[in-house]
Amino acid sequence: MTTAKKTEKKTETTKTTETTETTEAVGGTKAAKTSTTATSLVWQRRRASVARFWKQYRTHRAGLYGLAALALIALLAATAPLTVGADVQSVTEAPGTALESPSAEFPLGTDQFGRSLLGLLIWGARISLLVGLLAAALSVAIGTVVGIIAGHYGGWFSTVVMRITDWFLVMPTLVLAIVLATVMSRSMWTVVLAIGVTSWPTTARLVRAQTIAVESRPYIERATALGGGHGHVMSRHVLPNVMPLVLAQTTLCISTAILTEATLAFLGLGDPTVVSWGGMLQDAREAGAVSSGHWWYLAPPGLAIALVALAFTLCGRAVEAVLNPKLGVGR
Amino acid sequence: MTTASTPADVARADQARATDGASRTGSSLGYLRHAAGKLGGALVSLLAVLVTSFFLFRIIPGDPVKAMTHGVPTTAEQLATLRRQFGLDLPLWQQFTDYCAKALSGDLGTSFQFRAPVGDLIAEKLPATLLLTGVAVVIYSALGLWLGTRSAWRHGGLGDKLNTGIALTLWSVPSFWLGLLLIIVFSVGMGPIPGLFPTGGMESGTGETGFGYVLDVAHHLVLPVVTLVAVGYAQTLLVMRSSLLDEMGGDYLTTARAKGLRDDVVRRRHAVPNALLPTVTMIFINLGHVAAGSILVETVFSWPGLGGLFYQALSVPDLPLVQGLFVVFAGAMILMNLIADLLYPLLDPRVGR
Repeated sequence: MTTAKKTEKKTETTKTTETTETTEAVGGTKAAKTSTTATSLVWQRRRASVARFWKQYRTHRAGLYGLAALALIALLAATAPLTVGADVQSVTEAPGTALESPSAEFPLGTDQFGRSLLGLLIWGARISLLVGLLAAALSVAIGTVVGIIAGHYGGWFSTVVMRITDWFLVMPTLVLAIVLATVMSRSMWTVVLAIGVTSWPTTARLVRAQTIAVESRPYIERATALGGGHGHVMSRHVLPNVMPLVLAQTTLCISTAILTEATLAFLGLGDPTVVSWGGMLQDAREAGAVSSGHWWYLAPPGLAIALVALAFTLCGRAVEAVLNPKLGVGR
Repeated sequence: MTTASTPADVARADQARATDGASRTGSSLGYLRHAAGKLGGALVSLLAVLVTSFFLFRIIPGDPVKAMTHGVPTTAEQLATLRRQFGLDLPLWQQFTDYCAKALSGDLGTSFQFRAPVGDLIAEKLPATLLLTGVAVVIYSALGLWLGTRSAWRHGGLGDKLNTGIALTLWSVPSFWLGLLLIIVFSVGMGPIPGLFPTGGMESGTGETGFGYVLDVAHHLVLPVVTLVAVGYAQTLLVMRSSLLDEMGGDYLTTARAKGLRDDVVRRRHAVPNALLPTVTMIFINLGHVAAGSILVETVFSWPGLGGLFYQALSVPDLPLVQGLFVVFAGAMILMNLIADLLYPLLDPRVGR
């Protein structure tokens, strides 16, 4: 069965190559032909490096578990509109009565408005994952840009930028994020912004160090000698070389971002109109789930947060161990 | 989760710090220069915090008074009075200089909610937070160092995998959730488990004195400390583990073994003292983090400290109080970083001399 699949895949690949070749032939002129060959070479190289990465990643069992958990949760979140539907959030058309215990109809019981907690849990995955991913992306993007610019230009400019970075690094990130979320209006984007703007300095430091290391290599000198400007060097030569580091950093950032999102929602600073895991915990606390011992209301959202955060941490550590063995994180 | 960066981040930041320090060389006069530089840097950071907090609270909300009275019906006259009271009718630059002058003389403004000076409110709640975070940091540093050493010494083994696995899992848990669960299980009582610990607060208020009072506070302290330790010890563990792993390839360990020293003597006398250096720095930095991270744990356990006060201020929102606490939390971080920076060259003679 497996062999059959493999052969199938192989033929498929050969087919694609054939198609490319045909297009090339149709393409006509010699110049076009060489350029397509060059791109196909690049793609071949990229495929090979992805395969190499995967081969090493596979050896980290914890990373595989993390990846499997993430795939499952992502699938649940993506199919939520089909399985539970958006009206699971509706307070007015709740199917059950308030604070029911777990039953066949509501496997996790109901909240104080009579909504199914299982449905809310699945629906909440969407906002928690979305905010976590967006915030991590924003944070890593800021960190990468600041790091590359500081590493590339050097001199007093770099010193000033790194001073500011260091200052952000000693700021209590959570407090700063809370303060930002407090003074701005309540919405999902506020939370994304509050997390992204406060958590970039570590990335900036890492990227700057990597940029300086890359720029000392001879091919950068060659690029400059051939007339490559600052923008060209930074975007075409430095950026591709810091990308692996950025990838690992993003994966690690996401788990922190998801935890921070849950914290902000729990403190009542999230978007009150959407259901998120942190918000569910806040609702549970307000409904008196603690003093009445309704553990089935409290336990699932927290477990979900912990599971997702752990999965991203495990993936991040595995990615980092593959790409940057010197750090010794995965040892 | 109490801290904002992942354990791996901290490990790397620490590596960066170590290499940063190694490039600095000089005589013992060099240390004084180093100290003066760090002190100056800390003062500049503190000033930057003051400036930032001004802009955060006066510029971004648009109208701070509207933000504060959000959802509360207020007349135009009341708004005007509030504006005058907070000095918001003055031009911006004058507000800024007023604010800086006041802040530098220790006056952080008046709480909107409690109608009391912010400085007094903070001073009143500070001891409770220091007690909670102090006990938690001591316990989780000791635990992290011990488990980290064991993990690294037998790295790759089952014990190591279990250790790091459990620590990472607990690190991924939201602290407030763990606290709430602990309350349900051990305070409210679940099934056969009776309510062993109080649900919150710092004392029962039965008017006990002396030793009885100490026991009572300790009884209240158990669950919040357990929560902070469980969520926080992963960082110490991972840093200790990776720095001990770095030392383990060292030739001096082979020499020590060749002398015929027993394995645990090699570990205790030779490897661990060297590996401790980065970890000690991190513990100080953690102290600053924990104070801020205790916001959630204090809220959940109604602990009468700064974190609980911060939560109360947020729900209004009582902007002068939030602002004052922000300055205090940030100041604590800067102070702890300064201590770590000053301590590091003293602990490690290879650095800064």
